[in-house]
Amino acid sequence: MMSKLKYLFLGFIFGVILIKAEVVSWFRIQEMFRFQAFHMYGIIGSAIVVGAISILLIKKFKVKTIYGKEIIIAPKEFTKGNIIGGLIFGLGWAMTGACPGPLYALIGSGLLVVTVVLFFAVLGTWAYGRLKDKLPH
Amino acid sequence: MNILTQPWPWYVSGPLIGLMVPVLLILGNKPFGISSSLKHICSACIPGKIEYFNYNWKAESWNLLFAFGIVLGGFVAGYCFSNPNPIQISENTIADLNAMGIKDHSGFVPSEIFNFQSLLSLKGFILMIIGGFFVGFGTRYADGCTSGHSIMGLSNLQWPSLVSTICFFIGGLIMTWFILPWIMRL
Repeated sequence: MMSKLKYLFLGFIFGVILIKAEVVSWFRIQEMFRFQAFHMYGIIGSAIVVGAISILLIKKFKVKTIYGKEIIIAPKEFTKGNIIGGLIFGLGWAMTGACPGPLYALIGSGLLVVTVVLFFAVLGTWAYGRLKDKLPH
Repeated sequence: MNILTQPWPWYVSGPLIGLMVPVLLILGNKPFGISSSLKHICSACIPGKIEYFNYNWKAESWNLLFAFGIVLGGFVAGYCFSNPNPIQISENTIADLNAMGIKDHSGFVPSEIFNFQSLLSLKGFILMIIGGFFVGFGTRYADGCTSGHSIMGLSNLQWPSLVSTICFFIGGLIMTWFILPWIMRL
């Protein structure tokens, strides 16, 4: 259990960043989808650059975890869900102004009504699990 | 105090978000991603007899702790040290939203729509309840969200993640430009 507490701490840091970056703002998301500011593109773009360089270095130098284990990243497999699910999430992203991370951060910031949004996101997740076999993949 | 309450520019916050990727890998070979936590909540609370939710979610509890950490971080940064000034969004965005009837841009969300009373209004119902449902359904169907695909997947040069990211944007553009103006007239 103690070894897992580091993830709580890391989540805490990530929550602070999401708020300070204003990624949690419904207005920032609107600004992005209207191409009226560079802010969100700068954040997502620079995050990918830093993430990509990090993974490149981890692979090149065969960096191990702090427990000395090999780092293995599972590849993403393509399904039709990447397209259909992606479009559905995109609609929801512009409606709620939030992806899952910001939903948690917004609740923490005191916007309790967002717990309703999160509840229905959980319900949406459940509905996917229920209907999975009937959906095209 | 200023550094705590003021927002951070993109070139500070973006790279910090990117650093989540190697830190999670090095701390325990964990892939950066948030939307899986919604799946684990289903598995823990309402698995039913659905095969998709019948797995040992406790083995993935790190992801739930991470998600709970985000709530705590949101509390400290967004409540205790909240920015007293409205977010400096583009004048053009303010004008566009004003034209749709969204006039209060002082908080993180439009207060006219995102409140408990308006859950019972058509606008509030659509944006919060259907929107939330879409976020959960869509991320699971696409097998990832902005963090899992757009940041983790693209950092690892995964082409399915590129397809997903493009589709996230197409969906967002359709909503913003064609559907949202219509919802706001309801």
